[in-house]
Amino acid sequence: MKTSRFLAVLLTIGFVLGCTKKGDQTTEGGKPAGSSIVIGEVGSFTGDTATFGISTHQGIELATNELNKAGGLLGKIVEIVKYDNQGKEEEAATATNRLINQHKVAAILGEVASRRSKAMAPIAQSNKVPMVSPSSTNPEVTAIGDYIFRVCFIDPFQGAVMARFAFENLKAKKVAILRDVGQDYSVGLADAFTETYKKVGGEIVSDQSYTEKDVDFKAQLTAIRGLNPEAIFVPGYYTQVGLIARQARELGIKAPLLGGDGWDSPKLFEIGGKAVEGSYLSNHYSPDDKSELVQNFIKRYKEAYGQIPDGLAAQGYDAAMVLFDAIKRAGSTDAKALRDALAATKEYPGVTGKITIDDKRNASKPAVVLKVENGGFSYVTSISP
Amino acid sequence: MIDFFQHVINGLSLGSIYALIALGYTMVYGVLRLINFAHSEVYMMGAFIGYYTSRMFQLDQNPSFMNLLLVMIVAMAGCAVIGFVIERFAYRPLRGASGINALITAVGVSLFLQFSGQLGFGADPKFYPQIYQPAGEWSVGGLQVNPLQMIVAVIAVVLMLLLQYIIFGTRLGRAMRAVSFSRDTARLMGIPTDLVISATFMIGSALAGAAGVLVGLIYPKIDPLMGVMPGLKAFVAAVVGGIGNVVGAVIGALLLGLSEEFVVAFGRSTFRDALAFGLLILILLFRPQGLMGQNLREKV
Repeated sequence: MKTSRFLAVLLTIGFVLGCTKKGDQTTEGGKPAGSSIVIGEVGSFTGDTATFGISTHQGIELATNELNKAGGLLGKIVEIVKYDNQGKEEEAATATNRLINQHKVAAILGEVASRRSKAMAPIAQSNKVPMVSPSSTNPEVTAIGDYIFRVCFIDPFQGAVMARFAFENLKAKKVAILRDVGQDYSVGLADAFTETYKKVGGEIVSDQSYTEKDVDFKAQLTAIRGLNPEAIFVPGYYTQVGLIARQARELGIKAPLLGGDGWDSPKLFEIGGKAVEGSYLSNHYSPDDKSELVQNFIKRYKEAYGQIPDGLAAQGYDAAMVLFDAIKRAGSTDAKALRDALAATKEYPGVTGKITIDDKRNASKPAVVLKVENGGFSYVTSISP
Repeated sequence: MIDFFQHVINGLSLGSIYALIALGYTMVYGVLRLINFAHSEVYMMGAFIGYYTSRMFQLDQNPSFMNLLLVMIVAMAGCAVIGFVIERFAYRPLRGASGINALITAVGVSLFLQFSGQLGFGADPKFYPQIYQPAGEWSVGGLQVNPLQMIVAVIAVVLMLLLQYIIFGTRLGRAMRAVSFSRDTARLMGIPTDLVISATFMIGSALAGAAGVLVGLIYPKIDPLMGVMPGLKAFVAAVVGGIGNVVGAVIGALLLGLSEEFVVAFGRSTFRDALAFGLLILILLFRPQGLMGQNLREKV
């Protein structure tokens, strides 16, 4: 029995260590309170959408480092406290509570996935802490309260963009949809796509669904194949999209797949391989944009992280910059003043376009359509609201 | 019509994956009367052992069938060791206790492996290296068959026959059946029961390891929680077929794969999982011994 008791102790220690490691936080700077402005960040650094959290964080970090190097804000340096939510809403909510109660943050940056932003927003709202989401595109996120903002466009717009693109640019008259019913993001895009596509005169021949943990999509795809659509709209996240693309090609489906910014990850190519080539997606920005602002940003980002920033990194950068700009204009980190300053953001020149916060606290700006080609994204066209 | 047959093929290939996992479930239950919930995590570990072996030797550089066999053997051996360790340290100390204790321990081991996996491997999904890519697609007049899935189906049937042979044609199998019938009597007859039980766990876990590698190849996205759903489905398949019955497990799994496929094809895709567990409830209500099971009096 001795060995089993020893093992039990070992397992317990392992378990406890495992738990504490998970809640770990990293702070940058580490200055005593008072000399710095503390801003919280919640992201998915692990889990099914890990590259979203990591890219966004690198964007935020770049913005913060540049700001601090240039002297900080209101004579103080800015410190980012970040928490990993592992891609789970409950962890995102816990992290938000911690940031507000324990770290007394002035504002919160996050999340990318709409479902997780919706878990965080009510907490930020009831504590009257301004929250800026870099890339949650579901309309309901900012409807939660007047302290919740975003620097990206919303799903109805993104869905409409792809519907118009499919009908006008691809000349597709028949489209099938394959949506993730468990994600607000995916459902929102699919609904918006359906509405616009029908309005312009197209036909939705099939509307299939799947859930997050599925790995087999052949039943849905076989049903779709029988109806011969000219394109398939798959507004999911990259891990599933990669598998869906593979299985679609295995079944001999040649129609291009269409998607949204949820596809934007290097992992898309890793999992999807050749199967995702020739597909189209809508996104927030394109690294092919020749403007000096964008090219400078790409150069600095590359120096810092050795890679070309994806759309989420650019959104993270813009979210942080818009927030810093608002703090500067407010002249303090007082929640009410900061909220009003954020709401008054007008024509801010971000790397993802000119950002104006509208009366619903959403950003209005154009979307770009990209094509998957040679293991990368290439710019096709821009579509304005 | 083509679509109908395509659905049948899809359903059977999905079912053969459930069958590979269900075999291990049913075997351990047959001998020990223990539902080893950690089985689906051994399957996950198999996929990760395969992943790291392939990465270490860069087997995706020149894919071949030998690579697949090699990785499968490594994963099976690794999982057999894991199965042995789980049995030795988690289940054996509870041998004398009531069934419910062992069941709860099984759930505990399962959770322990899931979350240690997240700590050790990271929670983000990993892309499984393509260590074997059969040439081209097999298609018969619009009917598409993925050769890999055919291989999985063949392997599932071969392993089923092998298990049948081990259980009914070898000395070890006779000992297993004796232990299953009455552990104490078997011990009195001089059968080393602990050894037989260890062997049962090791064989069952090796099967899960093989399943992990094959599934990683077909659905090249693996993560530490990948075992949860297929594990539950395989458990349902084992119960539907009659838990403890090897042939029943395979039949139950194929049936489950087909019904899931047809629910998605002609009904609503959201009802996929509901169907699997609805089937479990129905079987438990009307034929608790399963399709192929004998009506034994429950000892628990």
